[in-house]
Amino acid sequence: MMQPLHAPPNEAGVSALPRRVAESMMPTEERIGSRHTDAAAEARLRARYAAQRRFKAYGVLAIGVAIGALLWLLITLLSNGVTAFVQTNLRLAITFDPAVVDPQGNQSPESLAQGDFGRVIRDALRQRFPDAQGRVAVRNLLALLSSGAEFELRDRVIADPSMIGTTQPVWVLASSDVDMFRKGFFEKAADGGAGGRLNAQQVAWIEELAASGDLALQWNRLFFKAGDSRDPELVGVLGGVLGSFFTLFVCLVLAFPFGVAAAIYLEEFAPKNRFTDIIEVNINNLAAVPSIIFGLLGLAVFLNFFGMPRSAPLVGGIVLALMSLPTIIIASRAALRAVPPSIREAAYGLGASKMQVVLHHVLPLGLPGMLTGSIIAMAQALGETAPLLMIGMVAFIVDIPQGLTSSATALPVQIFMWADNPERGFVEKTSAAIIVLLAFLLTMNAIAIFLRKKFERRW
Amino acid sequence: MDSNIAPSQPSVPTVVSPPMLQNEPPAIAARTVNVFYGEKHALKDVTIDIYRRQVTAFIGPSGCGKSTFLRCFNRMNDIIETCRVTGRITLDGGDIYDPRLDVVQLRARVGMVFQKPNPFPKSIYDNIAYGPRIHGLTTSRKELDNVVEQSLRRAALWDEVKDRLSEPGTALSGGQQQRLCIARAIAVSPDVILMDEPCSALDPIATAKIEELMDELRQDYTIIIVTHSMQQAARVSQRTAFFHLGELVEVGPTEEIFTRPQDKRTQDYITGRFG
Ligand SMILES: Nc1ncnc2c1ncn2[C@@H]1O[C@H](COP(=O)(O)OP(=O)(O)OP(=O)(O)O)[C@@H](O)[C@H]1O
Ligand SMILES: [Mg+2]
Repeated sequence: MMQPLHAPPNEAGVSALPRRVAESMMPTEERIGSRHTDAAAEARLRARYAAQRRFKAYGVLAIGVAIGALLWLLITLLSNGVTAFVQTNLRLAITFDPAVVDPQGNQSPESLAQGDFGRVIRDALRQRFPDAQGRVAVRNLLALLSSGAEFELRDRVIADPSMIGTTQPVWVLASSDVDMFRKGFFEKAADGGAGGRLNAQQVAWIEELAASGDLALQWNRLFFKAGDSRDPELVGVLGGVLGSFFTLFVCLVLAFPFGVAAAIYLEEFAPKNRFTDIIEVNINNLAAVPSIIFGLLGLAVFLNFFGMPRSAPLVGGIVLALMSLPTIIIASRAALRAVPPSIREAAYGLGASKMQVVLHHVLPLGLPGMLTGSIIAMAQALGETAPLLMIGMVAFIVDIPQGLTSSATALPVQIFMWADNPERGFVEKTSAAIIVLLAFLLTMNAIAIFLRKKFERRW
Repeated sequence: MDSNIAPSQPSVPTVVSPPMLQNEPPAIAARTVNVFYGEKHALKDVTIDIYRRQVTAFIGPSGCGKSTFLRCFNRMNDIIETCRVTGRITLDGGDIYDPRLDVVQLRARVGMVFQKPNPFPKSIYDNIAYGPRIHGLTTSRKELDNVVEQSLRRAALWDEVKDRLSEPGTALSGGQQQRLCIARAIAVSPDVILMDEPCSALDPIATAKIEELMDELRQDYTIIIVTHSMQQAARVSQRTAFFHLGELVEVGPTEEIFTRPQDKRTQDYITGRFG
């Protein structure tokens, strides 16, 4: 039997008032035992606990669904994208004929740049399969090679000119169709072909190469070195990553100081009047404006009026900064408001000026919250494509951006464009680019957490 | 006007000041001070003199305006948007609501200890050193070290914290934090120290320490304390002022207020009949 928490009202030693109240509320014959231990009370208690259990169950369910969905997404992405990090290469015994690859004969980079490396690769492949005779067969054979193989080979020879004049086994990039076949994405058809892209003869060649160990999956360096391309085996994320990086850099450099300064002014210094009320309402409104509107603004103001360059990370960063400013201001004001008033009073009481109170006490305490808000705004900006559309950053750009004003695209734009591409080879690249984007995001968030922990102080 | 209110000149015989202070002018003189929070009239026509090197206690039921009045002396009410203060308060003869007066300077002269200990989330050392630093009171690190040590000693905290000055002030116990706040206030060497229920969150031992401290500090400072404890007011103060519903009901030497209160309301309050 549970011990009642409060003594029963008819026991001695209880003050007069509670006893009177308790007695008047209770039928006379049931006055033994407490109102908190009888059957009805236990039923009420059980109902309360049941409600609590239900509530917890809903919570667990919600989190479970969220985690499940996230895992599903990640697993799909990883299983689709992980194959993009390796690429099929062919090993060919290539003869570096000086007359072909080094027209000036001095092994200088300028001379090698004019060399025909495509020809030495093609010759090597035809030597490997002398049975390929006739125009069609040769064309089919050469289709096993990637059109980018020669450029990679040239870079390698420029780095090591001693290869010139020798014959040696070299790995060269295979075409996307070979890659897809090797990775098992092409079904073999009844006629011996595969995936509708390779015929029986090509499949036979590939299988012969594989049998002799001359066809292998190797680490896809190009994916981290290259920009966009028409050929899925040649694409890389570096262009998108750098484009996003430059854009976010501009965005952060503009939005963070302006946002924090605006928040401090509005929260600590601005008089509370009609005018500041209007500003406040409009900042909240701006946070809800669809992002494409900011893109239109960028087009009208920065490109058309100020004549800034099209497709440049500089303009993208400015547009995204305008978009993130309201979020940063709102988050920073909330962070400032969360600083306990007792700290301000303590500082004012010691004779600190308003400026000193803000700089010495309020700002350091609010900074972690401001950083968190800003990083969330940055993460949002990282994922934006709509505002970039209007200023020409949604474009096919092969070159790696060199700076804030060179033509660039952004990582999410890159993903969008690859996803739009019908070729089978782009499927895995799309997933891989998403993995890179997520890694980018995770890094940013990790930095945010690190900074917050570093600046966080107890009070 | 209420006849019990202290007259403007201490030489007028209705109020007996402690003998040593008979001829000294008051440190703080408040004349017909009214405070409004928006429409709310929180303090009504308060006139009082506060004397040097004494502890003056403000007592009265909750919500009667003690804290409000206390915050008038260092203009902390300025921070509250809705608050409006009228009347005249002088510190050493100078009007503290003079628009030409620098509030920063005033608050350096009139220190404050709050009801809830509110150390900065910085080290113990930086807590104490903050005031001297912002007012530029010291020129060398050594001098600052000295000020920190002296302030902590006067606040009876030095022995407890001397080995951990770089630890956060927030890691101290409640009583230690309050003494830290007192040390922080005296590090600026103010003329007046305002204390708003400084012991309300402390145990009897910490309370006793702080009371002892007040007794010692009053040799050099003018102290005003708000308290809800009659015993504390009786123990530490030389003069007591009783407030009720925004009015100053009675002010006089502490023994007189507690033994021969002039006003029925004071009598009721100190004997515990309301409050
Ligand atoms: N910031 C404020 N805004 C509006 N009204 C206030 C404010 N601060 C105090 N008041 C009102 O002014 C009156 C006096 O408050 P005050 O804090 O001075 O009382 P107190 O005597 O210190 O009470 P306690 O002993 O409970 O601390 C109260 O009625 C209170 O409601
Ligand atoms: Mg109070």
